[in-house]
Amino acid sequence: MKQVYLDHGATTPVNPDVAAAMIACLQDHFGNPSSLHGFGRDAKQFLDEARTNVAALIGAHPEEIIFTSGGTEADNMAILGVARAMRKKGNHVITSAVEHHAVLDTCLALQKEGFEITVLPVDAYGQVHIDDFERALREETVLVTIMHANNEVGTIQPIKEIARMAKAKGIIVHTDAVQSVGKIPVDVNELGVDLLSVSAHKIYGPKGIGCLYVRKGTKMLPLMYGGGQERQRRPGTENMPGIVGFGVAAAIAARELPAEMDRLTKLRDRLIAGLLALPAVRLNGHPTERVSINVNACFHYIEGEALLLALDMRGIAASSGSACSAGSMDPSYVLLAMGIPPEIARGSLRLTLGRGTTAEQIDYVLGVIAEITEKLRAMSPLYNPNKG
Amino acid sequence: MEYSAKVIEHFTNPRNVGEMDNPSGVGEVGSPVCGDVTRIHITVENNRIKEAKFRTFGCGAAIASGSMCTEMVKGKTIDEALALTDELVAEALGGLPAVKMHCSNLAAEALHKAIEDYQAKQVAEEA
Repeated sequence: MKQVYLDHGATTPVNPDVAAAMIACLQDHFGNPSSLHGFGRDAKQFLDEARTNVAALIGAHPEEIIFTSGGTEADNMAILGVARAMRKKGNHVITSAVEHHAVLDTCLALQKEGFEITVLPVDAYGQVHIDDFERALREETVLVTIMHANNEVGTIQPIKEIARMAKAKGIIVHTDAVQSVGKIPVDVNELGVDLLSVSAHKIYGPKGIGCLYVRKGTKMLPLMYGGGQERQRRPGTENMPGIVGFGVAAAIAARELPAEMDRLTKLRDRLIAGLLALPAVRLNGHPTERVSINVNACFHYIEGEALLLALDMRGIAASSGSACSAGSMDPSYVLLAMGIPPEIARGSLRLTLGRGTTAEQIDYVLGVIAEITEKLRAMSPLYNPNKG
Repeated sequence: MEYSAKVIEHFTNPRNVGEMDNPSGVGEVGSPVCGDVTRIHITVENNRIKEAKFRTFGCGAAIASGSMCTEMVKGKTIDEALALTDELVAEALGGLPAVKMHCSNLAAEALHKAIEDYQAKQVAEEA
């Protein structure tokens, strides 16, 4: 059976050059980069090279990169580390309603430590409004954490404007850029952020590795204590194969980004146009202010998990905001925050494109979706073809 | 989440999908806002379920249980049909994931409502 992978927002296949570099690291460069001897110096070179490549992808200095176990740890480190370090200055943190759980749940943890959290609403496209942000600012605000691009609907947030306003008041700005790095140009100075989270496995690197960019001079307490690695901010012997793989993945992403973004934007828009040509479909998220890989749509009268399952039976891998698949009946909190009615939100489907995606695959998937949705609608008691 | 081969089979080729023009009884449970919806139509002859059809808005488990329940109930007497439970439907499907037992396994309940609807109509006719 034909296999089509359209879940690159969940994870990406490891690039062969990345895998080769990781195997070489495991087999031929096993040294501990903290060691003084030749084996250690050899490993240290690989560590430095990876750091340089990752820094270059986001316009940072290598010494501003802290390798972590992934995006979740980077988010935790930024939010808990900065809020705790700034506690004497204030106890207020601002975030948004559509953040990933790695941010939302970390903010909830801060609340238990006595911090006050403002969760900004979003509009119908999933975007935070700058005037809502301005109104939420307080004397005690010490940190803002708002994602660069949303994982479910791909909407890009006005981080530059938020950062400019926050910096004018001396507030530290973090952004979770797990879904934007490698898809759209991301430059920490252009955005004006102090901290930025990145995950390797979303950019054709391995799982279990990511980084937090920390602007020079940013006060942040570590989450762990131990050795002096990562400038004492993330002690523990480095995950060398992961870091080396991340470095190669970052170099490839930087090189391919302009052409890939252009190619994928065209494929994305082809897919969106095809879906909207089907009956009773709505696009979720912003039509243009969205990352090049993301398509998210609701199919009226259909439940998302049934759609996913039917696609899987046809060899198509997708995902759904429908939390039914995650073991609860609640629809996606992101779609609900965008004002989409729950019964519509339950019929959501996320298709995320990547390097392997072709126009032929898009057309095939559109054909299968047309077939499946017709079949599922015929089965749905909510659907009355006479009423449309 | 893992579905049994039987669930996948019934989801892929659901039996008895649809509605009837003149059903003896109709039952519907659930709400699209907070969960799945299953609607069952039955025809009854000589105190036996002659035919049963279903429509479901819901996940794979909900669709498979509608299919299985309508298969199981055909030819059964009213009393036998009333003895059919959600648990028995799930069992016939080779089991359902724990999270699906309550939210998506609605077919037997819809069937019972269809029978109640039929019985209420009978009483009304007799009166």
